[in-house]
Amino acid sequence: MTTAVGQSVSRKDGIGKATGATKYADDLHFPGMLFGRTIRSTIPCGRVKSIRMDFDTSGFTIVDYRDIPHRNVVALIDEDQPYLVETEVRHMAEAIVLLAHEDREKLLGANVVIEYEEAEPVFDPERSPHSFKDITIEKGDVEDALASAEIVVEGTYRTGHQEHVYIETNGVIAVPEHGGIALYGSLQCPFYAYKALRSVLGNDHPLRVIQTETGGGFGGKEEYPSMIAGHAALLAVKSGRPVKIIYDRVEDMVATTKRHPSIVRHRTGLTREGRLVAMDVDVILDGGAYSTLSAVVLSRGCIHAAGPYRCDNVKIFGRAMFTNTPPNGAFRGFGAPQTEFAMEVHMERIAEQLGMDSLTLREMNALRPGDMTATSQVLKQDASALECLQEAVRRTDYRRKREELKGTNRGIGLALFYHGAGFTGAGEQRLASKARLDLTATGARIMVASTEIGQGTRTMHAQIVSDALGVPYETIEVAQPDTSVVADSGPTVASRTCMVVGKILERCALEMKERLEGMTPAQYHAKHGAFSIVKEHIQPEWMRWDDDNYQGDAYATYAWGCDVAEVEIDRDTYEVRPVKVTAVQEFGRPIHPALAMGQIEGGTVQGLGYALLEHVVMKNGAMANPTLTNYTIPTTLDTPELDIVMLENHYDGGPFGAKGLGELPMDGPAPAVVNAIRHLGLDLRDIPAIPETLIACASL
Amino acid sequence: MHDPDAPDHDDAPSGLTRRNFLTRAGAAGIAGVAASIPLAAALAEGVPEATDAAPDIPGTVPIALRVNGATLRMRIDPRATLLDTLRESVHLTGTKKGCDHGQCGACTVHVNGERVNSCLRLALMHEGDDITTIEGIGSPDALHPMQAAFVAHDGYQCGYCTSGQIMSAVALMKEPCGPRDSDVKELMSGNICRCGAYPNIVAAIQDVRGNSPMRQG
Amino acid sequence: MKTALSTLEMRRATSVAEALEILRDEPRMPIAGATDVYVGLNFGTLPELRYLDIWALDELRTITVNEDVLVLGALATYTMMVASALVQERLPMMIEAARQVGGPQIQNRGTIGGNIANGSPAGDSLPVLAACDAVVVLQSAGAERRVKFTEFYTGYRKTVMRRDELVVAVEVPRVSGRQWFRKVGTRAAQAISKVVVAGVRGEGARIAVGSIAPTVIRLTATERALATGSLDEAMVALRGEVNPIDDIRSTADYRKRVTENLVRRFWTETA
Repeated sequence: MTTAVGQSVSRKDGIGKATGATKYADDLHFPGMLFGRTIRSTIPCGRVKSIRMDFDTSGFTIVDYRDIPHRNVVALIDEDQPYLVETEVRHMAEAIVLLAHEDREKLLGANVVIEYEEAEPVFDPERSPHSFKDITIEKGDVEDALASAEIVVEGTYRTGHQEHVYIETNGVIAVPEHGGIALYGSLQCPFYAYKALRSVLGNDHPLRVIQTETGGGFGGKEEYPSMIAGHAALLAVKSGRPVKIIYDRVEDMVATTKRHPSIVRHRTGLTREGRLVAMDVDVILDGGAYSTLSAVVLSRGCIHAAGPYRCDNVKIFGRAMFTNTPPNGAFRGFGAPQTEFAMEVHMERIAEQLGMDSLTLREMNALRPGDMTATSQVLKQDASALECLQEAVRRTDYRRKREELKGTNRGIGLALFYHGAGFTGAGEQRLASKARLDLTATGARIMVASTEIGQGTRTMHAQIVSDALGVPYETIEVAQPDTSVVADSGPTVASRTCMVVGKILERCALEMKERLEGMTPAQYHAKHGAFSIVKEHIQPEWMRWDDDNYQGDAYATYAWGCDVAEVEIDRDTYEVRPVKVTAVQEFGRPIHPALAMGQIEGGTVQGLGYALLEHVVMKNGAMANPTLTNYTIPTTLDTPELDIVMLENHYDGGPFGAKGLGELPMDGPAPAVVNAIRHLGLDLRDIPAIPETLIACASL
Repeated sequence: MHDPDAPDHDDAPSGLTRRNFLTRAGAAGIAGVAASIPLAAALAEGVPEATDAAPDIPGTVPIALRVNGATLRMRIDPRATLLDTLRESVHLTGTKKGCDHGQCGACTVHVNGERVNSCLRLALMHEGDDITTIEGIGSPDALHPMQAAFVAHDGYQCGYCTSGQIMSAVALMKEPCGPRDSDVKELMSGNICRCGAYPNIVAAIQDVRGNSPMRQG
Repeated sequence: MKTALSTLEMRRATSVAEALEILRDEPRMPIAGATDVYVGLNFGTLPELRYLDIWALDELRTITVNEDVLVLGALATYTMMVASALVQERLPMMIEAARQVGGPQIQNRGTIGGNIANGSPAGDSLPVLAACDAVVVLQSAGAERRVKFTEFYTGYRKTVMRRDELVVAVEVPRVSGRQWFRKVGTRAAQAISKVVVAGVRGEGARIAVGSIAPTVIRLTATERALATGSLDEAMVALRGEVNPIDDIRSTADYRKRVTENLVRRFWTETA
């Protein structure tokens, strides 16, 4: 029996947000605080020749790479990115000098003159001489199977950058305390920032990272805050005063990460009836100027590149390429939206070439329980591709509409997709996340580093603990993540916060319940005082992963989805308007149905923006439209009717049967929309599908 | 060659080198309050006491603003926006800055009952006006019906655009607006929610208006 | 360069007469809704440092009909125009345009006079005024003159206005014929225009287009061709007089083809 799980209980953060009382980073002020500013490169490639402070420097704190006490490297995966340029400039807007002053007007007025020796930049990932990471996934014999296939269909698909546009821009405050630094910031992963600060400041200072309420992340505050946190900390260490750095919108758009642009080539062999016999996929991601998370974005992208389909002979070759542009990074979906876009548009084209119905093609090839994925993972009973497809088709009366709308200005299209939950392969094992639950005088307090960034972490974790512990939801508190007090439950990314961290918390709560021996928390606390339970993630014992050959159980489980998009085109202006999107998604079980619905709606809207509106214009290696006027994301009027269906198929390894959900909804809208545009008769293979692209599109 | 709407064109990518000509009132706020307040005070509720003792910082100008019913005298930089003045001189941080551009709506406040983007207003232009912020329409103990509806309908996720959404929604109640969800959407199109809580926001507003939300276009 | 704190200086006028005297005595940029000014200020692209706040001049916040001429006071906001029965009756295409300017917060403050004086080629109300042969009323201390809207702009954001003049109103003579308006923006709401077409189909046709040239333009050759010849001939004329550019919002090719398509649609739908 559950009383909280499965109910849309009142969110923990509602009142504060609705009254404006909730404090975000820029709402905080500390005594003696300075403001920080970043002086950035204005060339995409070259060397710094000289730096001159062309202003009265009194009252300023000035930091360059020589002020770094420990290592000038943003610690992440590969250690190639400096906090501050020493001599080599690899991209526009790269940080070179940091300034701080108590008067922001003086700070903004400071003129730093930097002379460069420019070099020839590389902007085209296909012509880049350097790859950050190559990945090959191989199963069966693709060349052989292609040679003997009855039909081979080829195609190339491209996706552009996407900017996160969290409405709260990146911002942190570094506060000197006890001879070290307390870093307050808008961020997803407090322990990432903590490790990064250790790398730049060394081990001599006490350090802690406190997440302030975060106004959206979507992946954009996964790794980038490590950079801005380091900058603020360097200024705070040198000045001995608190330093706040808040990016304005232009700086945030120009300097911080975006979704990786992609080029995906498919060569697919089929039988005449439409059975997939060979899939050869080539994936190129534009990584930008430093590796950041590109290797793992590529990894997830490649693993999802064959789509939710079964095929005995698969070869996926992926590369994340260097270019002289600001590094691309984590963004909801993490490589999968790019490769699944290519796969689903390609499936539509395959059906066209076979002269068959694309639904039948998908049905015939969709992964079923017991089938093997591209990495040879055998799926368990919780694989729901067919159920999602069939429900979406039934609910939208897809076949009839597809016929009816033919030749009109309305089109309907569909995409089938899936998304692995949690870190890839042995990632969760390596992370070994911990969660802690403290008994309080009235209930329990959750002590994890998982951050609330709008998706409902606090509420959903409290629901899980409430039911596992058998106490009312209201008695569960959730600590604000502070690395000096909470357990390292890992980063708030990869659709892992509910499924992985939630499961550890469930185990904590169950053990706490045993310890209470039938008493309520209040009774126990009065008698024996407080205690804590700490638990660590346990990798399912059946999981096997070979990281060298990319074979095995890539994820403990997958969430599944099928989106149907109906669009309308104005044939004079080539504007395409989404009319309705039906999203049928299976993610185990919703812990909080309203929150889950919000995740699907929100991800779908972001996906529609990705498909139709969001166009990062790059000029000389920098975003040329870095304002909300010129980079347009969906308003409420751009948001069509959304019909959301949540199917259940419980995953035993998740809390109360739940899987990860956050990223799944991002994967489907773009291919569904582009397939709907194909239904209108336009041979579109790239996004964003802006009218300027569509007007130049060939007719089918 | 022409160049439609130059301000937006010209700044890019020189956003890197542009000069922001605007001060953000910070150094010239209310005397004794603005310079430095501890976190506890930063987290405290309410409007600081008005004071006439503001020092005459060179370049600043005196102004009296009526915010949430209280008249506050202070000195501000003449270029300070209403948004920055509210946040940094009046210490009402519920109003948020999202774009500095009048595009996101996070900074929406009411001036004489009418909604405006406070990032596009000079504080100087509002002496004598009645300014209402999110803090002025309700409090955790006494929510405005619109605030209560946003909570009930989960009309938010990350919360950063929420103050502006609610201020727009409250203003909408007095504007000519048809009964349909699409009418509400047109009038809410000046407030962007990147989390995509739009369906719930429309539902919350329709609930307060007494229309049954249709959750559709 | 660094600007000292005190250099942004604001005066507030309490009457039109006072405003005109101030403008006579010293150069100042009049501001009202400030919705465009502030974007420029925020981005450091506006060198102006001395302003004259005219928002309080209620005498300019009027919408009236005078001798069969619709007179929009310079401080009439988009919100006022949308709500105005007179505008609805006489210039419905202005209502369509006003509803698509920014969001409601911008519509509450943005004024017709500001849109005219700011002179962005992407200003949404400008093609409407150009298509209906509006007249801009300019006042200076002790003088008033009227300038045809189609002769008001001399180049990109350049007008015939002198620094001591203020736009006080725009006059719209009765429009006979069907009005037609279409804005092509970057999204469904709060969008900057990529192409805006306003047309009037009366005896002949009057067509104005925004966002495709340094200023809003009238398609005079196209209009002549439509009056005398076929639609196809008009399209030839149109191609000769429309030469848009690529920028970060759109492409020359798109703008050109869409202008052509929309003029064609205007002609078909108003037939």
